[in-house]
Amino acid sequence: MEFFFQLLINGVSLGLLYALSALGFVMIFKSSSVLNLAHGELLAIGAFIFLALCAWAKLPIIIAFAITLVGTFALGFVVERLFLRPLIGENLIEVIMMTLGLGIMFKGLLLFVFGGDIHSYPRFLPEGLSIEVGGIFIPSVNVATLIIGILFLIIFGLFFKYSSQGIYMRSVADNQPAALSLGVHVRRVFAMSWAIAFIVAAMSGIVLGIINGVNVHNLSGIGLKVFPVVILGGLDSIGGAILGGIIIGLLETFTGGYISTSMREVIPYIALIVILMVKPYGLFGLVEIERV
Amino acid sequence: MRKLHFHPCGNYNETYEDELTIFETDFGRLWLIVGLVLLFVVIPFISSTYMLYILNTIGIYAIAAIGLNILIGNTGQISLGHGAFFGVGAYTAAILATRVNSPFLVSLLAAGLMTAAVGIVFGLPSARLKHLYLLIATLAGQFIIEYVFVDWESMTGGAEGIIVMEANLFGLNLRNDRTFYWVIFICFALMAWIAKNLLRTRYGRAFIAIRDNDRAAEGMGIPIFRYKLLSFAISSFYAGIAGGLFSYYMMSITPEPFNLWLSIEFIAMIIIGGLGSIPGAVFGTVFIVSLNEVLSHLTEYLMNVGASVGAAITIAPLREFIFGLAIVLFIIFEPKGLAEVWRVIRSSFRLWPFSY
Repeated sequence: MEFFFQLLINGVSLGLLYALSALGFVMIFKSSSVLNLAHGELLAIGAFIFLALCAWAKLPIIIAFAITLVGTFALGFVVERLFLRPLIGENLIEVIMMTLGLGIMFKGLLLFVFGGDIHSYPRFLPEGLSIEVGGIFIPSVNVATLIIGILFLIIFGLFFKYSSQGIYMRSVADNQPAALSLGVHVRRVFAMSWAIAFIVAAMSGIVLGIINGVNVHNLSGIGLKVFPVVILGGLDSIGGAILGGIIIGLLETFTGGYISTSMREVIPYIALIVILMVKPYGLFGLVEIERV
Repeated sequence: MRKLHFHPCGNYNETYEDELTIFETDFGRLWLIVGLVLLFVVIPFISSTYMLYILNTIGIYAIAAIGLNILIGNTGQISLGHGAFFGVGAYTAAILATRVNSPFLVSLLAAGLMTAAVGIVFGLPSARLKHLYLLIATLAGQFIIEYVFVDWESMTGGAEGIIVMEANLFGLNLRNDRTFYWVIFICFALMAWIAKNLLRTRYGRAFIAIRDNDRAAEGMGIPIFRYKLLSFAISSFYAGIAGGLFSYYMMSITPEPFNLWLSIEFIAMIIIGGLGSIPGAVFGTVFIVSLNEVLSHLTEYLMNVGASVGAAITIAPLREFIFGLAIVLFIIFEPKGLAEVWRVIRSSFRLWPFSY
């Protein structure tokens, strides 16, 4: 029973990590219906900028964090301007290919600059956050993940529902030509959504880096784990991403614990195929009904 | 004898047959014959063994790339699992060759059919959805298939892989690079010919209609689900045939080469070459294979210089960077790829000295 609970806790905390890393992805999809294949690299960029600032340049944590956020926000604008702006109005397939190319490019660049080793941050989270329930210890990092995740959920929920920028984003995702003709500034919406996605990804990347260490390969691998999570939750649902993350995390740890460890890495993808067959739009996704 | 056809100075087609001709002029036909003679008679005799090895690799990958181009370039669906499907073909051929000692052609065909079947399994859940769900399903397929290669040890030999016996075809020993060159390029020419003609049939036109506007296509009575799946099965079939050739050519296969990176390379090939164009797929393959060779020679060279081993290790990730950069630059500056560059060069020769 002890083992079961430990797996449960591990699964939930792993799942929260997945959920957190899925947020930036959902953000992009919600605002431009692009499947961002460079998401893992976006996580890694944020994590490495923070690493360079706080472990190498020895800046205080708060300042390093602030600079990382501002820097990735600016980087998001630059990347959008240089690489994605020329593709507005083109087929979706080209934009997705572009994210694939960008992802490989970023990965090569990060490997070139930082190497393939695991780096780690200096410790800075307060120990007081950790919780101990009935002999099971939950480290403070996981509690922090949970708090950040819930915070994001609320902020983005409100953002997409009530702010005009959020409503523009949804309109662009739904039908770009219609949004254009109704006077939505599509270019600004795209720039904004990529910049925000970069920030969200940077924050998730930093949290992932605190827990697992900062490594290019790991982080870009997690970028692919996002797919089962968002398919389960529904591609355009932030709440769904969180629930989907937790379910996939649990699935992974329980498969690893009870069935076999080699199965652990593929079980999310098997789940993905099953979900596509049974409930293709996920738990909370927008079901598209189209009749011709 | 009928009159020779030259390039008209405008579009004077009067029938659908005119629209569909492969060769607009008789010079096109002539150039094709010259090309085939060069390919089958001249090149194999003037190339060194190393050159033949590279050409064979290009031939094998080009078959798979043509298949992927039918899916991505003509049907508008993305597959991120082409590398794994290539692997399914390789393993099918290898298992048939070693277990039941099946003849070369049988196992090659079986490799294609098996891969098409596996493709349908992964395509089924996604093809009925809008958006690019096939991309997600094939990404899952990539990882699941890789897992099967490694973990189904009784069948695939696990991480150690399978050693394929040398093959015989009509009494010819296929061990020789040059003999295999002919086998590969006959397959290549055949597959390219099938692909070219497929795109002129109702199926090919239906694929293009789905790519351009799926709602309109459905409105015109094209059953989208069936056609998307068919396109995916065809593209997997191409990957399977290429994989089968690969396993016979390499003589031993391990799960290692069939990873996500191979799938990405295939996508890079057709983006750089030109989406939706058969010569494009070939150009892209030549580009990527040569790029790989040049970069690996560069790394090797730096390794041997001794003092620069460190530089060689840091240069390795540059391969990924250059791949990514090539994809990005081609999408921005020449979305139709090398095929378009080639077309521009050709027509500027044709129109010289009047460039308009």
